[in-house]
Amino acid sequence: MRRLLWPLLALAALLLLNVAFTDGFLSIQIKDGHLYGSLIDILRFGAPLILVSLGMTLVIATGGIDLSVGSVVAISGALACLQISEDASVFTAVALALGLCLALGAWNGFLVAGIGIQPIIATLILMVAGRGLAQLITDGQIITVNSPAYKLIGGGYWLTLPFGILVVAAIWAVTAFLTRRLALGLVIEAVGGNPVASRLAGIDARRVTVMAYTACALCAGIAGLMISSNVSSADGNNAGLWIELDAILAVVIGGTSLTGGRFSLTGTVLGALIIQTLTTTIYSIGVPPETTLLFKALVVTTVCLLQSPAFRAKVFHRRPRPAPKAAAEEKVKVTA
Amino acid sequence: MLVTAGLFAAMFVAGGVRYEGFATGQIVLNVFIDNGFLLVVAVGLTFVILTGGIDLSVGAVVALSTMVSASLLQAGWPWWAVIALVLAMGVVLGGGMGAIIHFFGIQPFIVTLAGMFLARGLCYTIGTDSIPITDPAFTAFAQTRIDLFADLWISPSVLIAVAVVLVAAYVLHYTRFGRAVYATGGSEQSALLMGLPVARTKITVYTVSGLCSALGGVLLAFYMLSGYGLHAVGMELDAIAAVVIGGTLLTGGSGYLLGTVLGVLVLGLIQTVISFEGTLSSWWTKIFIGALLLVFILLQRLMSRRGA
Repeated sequence: MRRLLWPLLALAALLLLNVAFTDGFLSIQIKDGHLYGSLIDILRFGAPLILVSLGMTLVIATGGIDLSVGSVVAISGALACLQISEDASVFTAVALALGLCLALGAWNGFLVAGIGIQPIIATLILMVAGRGLAQLITDGQIITVNSPAYKLIGGGYWLTLPFGILVVAAIWAVTAFLTRRLALGLVIEAVGGNPVASRLAGIDARRVTVMAYTACALCAGIAGLMISSNVSSADGNNAGLWIELDAILAVVIGGTSLTGGRFSLTGTVLGALIIQTLTTTIYSIGVPPETTLLFKALVVTTVCLLQSPAFRAKVFHRRPRPAPKAAAEEKVKVTA
Repeated sequence: MLVTAGLFAAMFVAGGVRYEGFATGQIVLNVFIDNGFLLVVAVGLTFVILTGGIDLSVGAVVALSTMVSASLLQAGWPWWAVIALVLAMGVVLGGGMGAIIHFFGIQPFIVTLAGMFLARGLCYTIGTDSIPITDPAFTAFAQTRIDLFADLWISPSVLIAVAVVLVAAYVLHYTRFGRAVYATGGSEQSALLMGLPVARTKITVYTVSGLCSALGGVLLAFYMLSGYGLHAVGMELDAIAAVVIGGTLLTGGSGYLLGTVLGVLVLGLIQTVISFEGTLSSWWTKIFIGALLLVFILLQRLMSRRGA
């Protein structure tokens, strides 16, 4: 729990800043049977980012990275909107889009685990080609759809709550159950910590890796449906642009190590919420929104420095804790 | 690299057979003219990738350079002072990122990602609109045509880009620093044990990349005659793709600068072919680049397996 302390403090500080600057920031009202309020908005607009970050956490935990999520977001929204605009039922459209995302994720996993390409490069291929593919699906146009059932996914309400939040909560619960109550989480951490050792211990490292990339693409696909459904249109060019960077940022803020081997789903959700709250804060306290990126740069640098053992040793005059150091040495030996 | 050269030749011949007026020297020169800035940026990135690192901030630094140049020129600064300041800025940004990467042991990926956010953020802080450049020296640079023999011509940017390539090739292949870059990329531990200045090498390569990005930004400012925070979006990916297609191993330690030049040429030629085809939409460029990346990475895998 100690590593969740910093993200929690950061989120609390951001929320306090908002309370100080905005009147009625914490108030949540019920209008027309729906919940309204700034906090609900943060959750609602942050939902796609949380989803993508959850998937990204699994991939990063195996020691990989997935740059293609932004393109997958665009492809899934584009395919679903195209199907709906051609009079397919919403169910078929969603199923087709998510099916394609599963295939794309499996392709990423195959490149990384099957062929052994570095994750950054393997997913870079789909990141570049995927944008082209999304534009190919939409024919370079922005497809607009008018379907109340589709609108529900990203912009609708169910049981007084925005539907997107419920989807995120469900996926979070399922992922948390699979990784923390079953052995799956341990297996993923083993693969991320040391693929060779985990294989010798009888774990099918390849299958675990492929599964992580597939799950990540599925999450990105659902996020893509949410984004496109919220605006009732699909934009192959701009949907999900730079979301991979925000997601990686969220994962890192949440205390998951980029070298793999340990992860925290709760930390990731906190990280994504911090990013979304930061964006909201910048709008609400009247700082020009153009400077959002500057703040993000500041946050990434600070968080990374705080997590770096070398920085802690230099600044706080503390020796790096023995446990992570031993793990790092072990890893060097294997790769060398 | 031979594969890349072969591919370039094959694409050029195929283009020449298929389209009228394609197989002329000017087409190759146009690829240089349109991609001079990418060439310079990719050269800087080659240094970083050879040490086994990565620099995601290049596109943003290019945009920042165009933005700073345009706004300073608008404020009445002389052109030489602007260029000097922009280059110095690139050096400081690159050196800063290199220092953080080395001294605090943070992955290059995440540090340069922060650098990318910082540079783009600074762009938008300077201004959200495109700023035109009207400085006579800059416009002269943009419009000068240097005639070669037989109706062929190039722009001054091409000369600068070629000069950068030559200097970089010399540094990389004929100096101590160049050997240290390869050694660090091959195995940082061994390089350290051999007594090579790993710290200085690592910081220097990021500084070189920052400098090249800034210079690329100046060339882009010549080419576009404007400064804009949205210039060069996604350029880091083009640059990485060019380096990979040029045969440099992303794990570091192996590759040639000439390969990167060929990589940039192949990317440029793809764009030319697609514009000659006419009926193909521009998004096919992205799909082709993705497919090419895949083919080249698979080739790299095959070759390194055979070597092992």
